[in-house]
Amino acid sequence: MDAEFFRAWIAEIAAIVEDQRDHLTQLDAAIGDADHGTNLSRGFTAVQAALAQAETPTPGAVLRLVGTTLISTVGGASGPLYGTAFRRAAKALGDEPEADLNALAQALAAGLAGVVKLGAASEGEKTMVDALAPAVTALTKAAADGAARADALDAMADAAVAGARATTEMEALKGRASYLGPRSVGHEDPGAASSALMLCALRDVAARRAP
Amino acid sequence: MKKLINSPETVVTDALAGMAAAHPSLSVDLDGKIITRAGGPVPGKVGLVSGGGSGHEPLHGGYVGYGMLDAACPGEVFTSPVPDQVLAATRAANGGAGVLHIVKNYTGDVLNFRMAAELADDEDIEVESVVVNDDVAVRDSLYTAGRRGVGATVFVEKIAGALAERGAPLAEVAAVAAEVNERSRSFGVALTSCTVPAAGKPTFDLAEQEIELGIGIHGEPGRTRGPLQPARDIVATVMDAIHADLPLAGELLVMVNGMGGTPLIELYGAFSEVSRYVGDHGARIGRNLVGNYITSLEMQGFSVTVCQLTETLRDLWDAPVDTPGLRWGR
Repeated sequence: MDAEFFRAWIAEIAAIVEDQRDHLTQLDAAIGDADHGTNLSRGFTAVQAALAQAETPTPGAVLRLVGTTLISTVGGASGPLYGTAFRRAAKALGDEPEADLNALAQALAAGLAGVVKLGAASEGEKTMVDALAPAVTALTKAAADGAARADALDAMADAAVAGARATTEMEALKGRASYLGPRSVGHEDPGAASSALMLCALRDVAARRAP
Repeated sequence: MKKLINSPETVVTDALAGMAAAHPSLSVDLDGKIITRAGGPVPGKVGLVSGGGSGHEPLHGGYVGYGMLDAACPGEVFTSPVPDQVLAATRAANGGAGVLHIVKNYTGDVLNFRMAAELADDEDIEVESVVVNDDVAVRDSLYTAGRRGVGATVFVEKIAGALAERGAPLAEVAAVAAEVNERSRSFGVALTSCTVPAAGKPTFDLAEQEIELGIGIHGEPGRTRGPLQPARDIVATVMDAIHADLPLAGELLVMVNGMGGTPLIELYGAFSEVSRYVGDHGARIGRNLVGNYITSLEMQGFSVTVCQLTETLRDLWDAPVDTPGLRWGR
């Protein structure tokens, strides 16, 4: 997976975020302030503009630009959290021109670690961590088991989606939803939903290309 | 929901342009989205910076001026500003005596301000931060993101601003800001939700005879839903919550704040009930504010903020201030 692959992934995220913007806003209206879809849409529009103008010769360079652009444009909690995730993933990828499954798994794990450190959330608190953590676990295991790329990314995306859905029955212990206490139960977390969308985008882009 | 806007995408910049045109005492950077005093930072004075999502006007941009903030950074509606903005505001507020960040306790505000403070540190600007967390509706515990920063933000900005204007050093200005926060408690009630321009519809639905108790300022649902009652009973619920957390005693600064869509006639009626409640509990209201000071777009509702005054705090409250949102003594 080279820089062009990663740019294609980001472009797919931008398209999905735009497509799902109202849905994400709706999730955020139920237990938040109804701005998640709008914020991510603004962020990834800026990301696409930045990628169009800059040279990003490596996967790391692509993700670093994504991270810094999100931090500078999204705001809220999502900006710092997603921005840090992409920046930490970029750092893990280093200057290598290509990333294999193991490198990708390590990068996503680094991104997750960044989110956990900055936001201080654990699994089970109804946040993006609930989609990211199972996804990273699934991908890491599949990569270690020598799975084919398509199967490994399927496992990762499926785990993210399942993790996001599982947030529905959780009570929020972090973020704006935590102000609602028990009333946050019964609603999927918007951050977990958007994380799952991003990882599904990764799986979908890979599926459209020969490994 | 009818709105007096050109488009959701330009709401914030249109408002900033309007503020710039209306208030020559302000300098507004439309691209960078920061509001500063037209005269620039005051050399030797601690600079005060605050900010947060737009949609709470007059907070924060309307509080930039003599005796209060030096710079404000407005984000998108209900969305924390980005570190770049906060850093730009910090630079603009820097008079060489350090800068105080007044940060409302929301994950986004805290993270973005923290990132900016680190960047400011890289540029050798000394920054202290005070987090405002006066909302009693949320339990401050391991099980929440902590109490929200709401009405006390206005009190902190005014009182810390007064002390900074007198030339006090950064540590003292930060200490008085923290003291005001410690001595203040708030609780809010919504009669309607509000409509974020980009979302196009109300954030939550309330039936005709329902109210939302324990709200914040971002239009999110509150802690509980209850029946619409006479103002007297709603005020009793609000004041009971505050009194249970910090018993009313001595001389108080009280703000009955409109969430944006509740008319002054109703806010004054509510203040009458608040006054009676305070008197019945053996305390007295020394200073007050009644009006729209920290809003949520057009939400109908109100919040009450109570601060236990000391002579020093009252004196700082009375100090001259000249901003679009608060003006006395000048």
